[in-house]
Amino acid sequence: MFTITEKTALNPTVTRMVIHAPLIAKKAQPGQFIIVRPFEDSERIPLTVAGYDREAGTVSIIFQIVGGTTMELNSLSVGQSVHDFVGPLGKATELEGLKKVCIVGGGVGCAIALPIAQALHEQGCEVHSVIGFRSKELVILEEEFSACSNTLRLMTDDGSYGEKGLVTGALEQLINAGNQYDEVITIGPLVMMKFVVGVTKKYNVKTIVSMNPIMVDGTGMCGGCRLTVGGKTRFACVDGPDFDGFEVDFDEAMQRGAMYKPFEAHAREAACNLLKKEVE
Amino acid sequence: MASKFNLDPKKCPMPSQDPHVRNKNFQEVALGYTAEMAVNEAKRCLNCPKKPCVEGCPVSIKIPEFIQKIAAEDFEGAYQVLAQDSALPAVCGRVCPQESQCEGRCTRGLKEGCESVGIGRLERFAADWHREHSTAQATAPASNGHKVAIIGAGPSGLTCAGDLAKLGYKVTVFEALHVAGGVLMYGIPEFRLPKAIVQSEIDGLKALGVDFETNMVIGKVLTIDELMQEYGYEAVYIASGAGLPRFMGIPGESLKGVYSANEYLTRTNLMKAYRPDSKTPIAKSKAVAVCGGGNVAMDAARCAKRLGAETVYIVYRRGMAELPARREEVEHAEEEGIIFKTLCNPVEVLGDENGWVRGMTCIEMELGEPDESGRRRPIEKKGSEFELEVDTMIMALGTSPNPLIRTTTPGLDADRHGCIITNGDDGLTSREAVYAGGDAVTGAATVILAMGAGKDAAKAIHQYIQKKA
Repeated sequence: MFTITEKTALNPTVTRMVIHAPLIAKKAQPGQFIIVRPFEDSERIPLTVAGYDREAGTVSIIFQIVGGTTMELNSLSVGQSVHDFVGPLGKATELEGLKKVCIVGGGVGCAIALPIAQALHEQGCEVHSVIGFRSKELVILEEEFSACSNTLRLMTDDGSYGEKGLVTGALEQLINAGNQYDEVITIGPLVMMKFVVGVTKKYNVKTIVSMNPIMVDGTGMCGGCRLTVGGKTRFACVDGPDFDGFEVDFDEAMQRGAMYKPFEAHAREAACNLLKKEVE
Repeated sequence: MASKFNLDPKKCPMPSQDPHVRNKNFQEVALGYTAEMAVNEAKRCLNCPKKPCVEGCPVSIKIPEFIQKIAAEDFEGAYQVLAQDSALPAVCGRVCPQESQCEGRCTRGLKEGCESVGIGRLERFAADWHREHSTAQATAPASNGHKVAIIGAGPSGLTCAGDLAKLGYKVTVFEALHVAGGVLMYGIPEFRLPKAIVQSEIDGLKALGVDFETNMVIGKVLTIDELMQEYGYEAVYIASGAGLPRFMGIPGESLKGVYSANEYLTRTNLMKAYRPDSKTPIAKSKAVAVCGGGNVAMDAARCAKRLGAETVYIVYRRGMAELPARREEVEHAEEEGIIFKTLCNPVEVLGDENGWVRGMTCIEMELGEPDESGRRRPIEKKGSEFELEVDTMIMALGTSPNPLIRTTTPGLDADRHGCIITNGDDGLTSREAVYAGGDAVTGAATVILAMGAGKDAAKAIHQYIQKKA
């Protein structure tokens, strides 16, 4: 029974859930992911671990309500449980020995970046965080980032909060100001990560990206999550989800990510109608 | 009066759905014998003293004995004979390659123009009869107080679990997916093996006291060492299968519309993508090419046809005679309108401006001298490239064992293909009390061989724990 013990709306489209899963909580590491099925007939979807409490035996996930399955998940309340919760899957983000890191998060990707920032902060690493959102009402986790970052730059596309501009601009400024990072770790929309890598390549700063492609099983079986990394086929579920950003073929990943777009739009509509009916 | 023997040289044909009806639905192709057909077919068995069929069976089912029960119209008795040696008779009766095992050695089939007894069909009949008619509930035997963990709820793990549970062991089966059954659930399609039948075999094991823990990826959430040290399992059987798909390494394999057979079949079978209300999507294809010639390729091609593809090709680099798939599967596929492009190998997948598959370039092949596998080596015919117009490609090129357990269990030896090394007879690995079998050891093979390995391991684990106690 994977019971939901907490549920918070971080913004109108992003929800945080804390789920009782003691065995997973004991093992989870920043960067790993969970396969979730809200109901018995739901699709299996991967969601990156957003936090864990080993003593309480809970794992938290943060998700954006973008499609049918995340709508189903969001329809559940505290006290109810998700049907399936599998993990921790994938490799943990490698943090050992890092002394100075810039974390670049975009949108809901910030939720995945946070446990990494926190873990780095705890090991005494200097953490600079650049987090970006479209506008003020979509900002999440500002306080949490502030607590674990030596420097925090909060960007919005429209300037309605923090600084106006893109994360890439702030990152480039930080690098130009003389900050020498061991690594940049970036998590967010593919197109954002692609442009972050565009900046860091210029300055030759090692960059780790966290990929979140389409998956079915999450254990290496389906191959649906394959990416081209350094000219080779790699599976995000078992070889990743973290990869060397300089090596990832982002254009291909963006193409593959859109494979089920028409189906997803339809599924979202169907889920909408179903949930509406339940409310009536 | 009914005669004692049936001298018909041919098997009683299996009633089946019409090919042009069945290639549009996911219901079972073969409908099964009626009681009358079964009794008649059973009477073809000579009950010969040498019992060559039993030698051909990886789990040594007492074949003449169960067939005699059917001939005597004692169908439940026939099932009870089967159940002594097989945990999954309804499954084996459907998916075993009988022609190269029991039936391949049957005395009735030795003479030119004669067919063996339909052992598989009779096995299926007895198992189905039991499921539909028997009200007897299996009960858990008295516990012997010993705990065994099994990794993987596929055919090998289920067999091992059943045998150990019957001996009084407390068995827990850990399964990575959300349902038990392994390849029987995610791989073999509904029209060859209805999932309700697999579920009923699993329910039978639950009635014997076997516990199933789904959603448990051993190696990630718990390691084998933790199972033994912290949870008190005295022995572990690794039956995690061969789940990692292979790709060809040709240009264009990352285009949208290229699937591994594993993904295509998992979406279709496990996630029920063929149902209109399924929440899991699958490509709506017009023309599909399946690369490969094994049973998995046949399954994928036949699924694609049923999902609505107008044209489905099997693209295979050797000839019809070399197809590794079972003859029956090839025939079924042909009847259903699958087009075989043999002596043909893909060299590139072609994409359109949106990154979707629009076709593939193939090259014609010819057969040269036999290679180390004994099969004639396919050689490219220079300059014979041609384009095949397809919008979906499915790679059914074989699978290799999953590294999750191997890489998280110190001291567990594997070969360079990633197959776990065992000492042969009983499945003992390089670690004390850790046994392995099925595809995790052999690489991709058949359901029945995996079951045979599960049986051997159960015996070995029983001996090991008894000696220790």
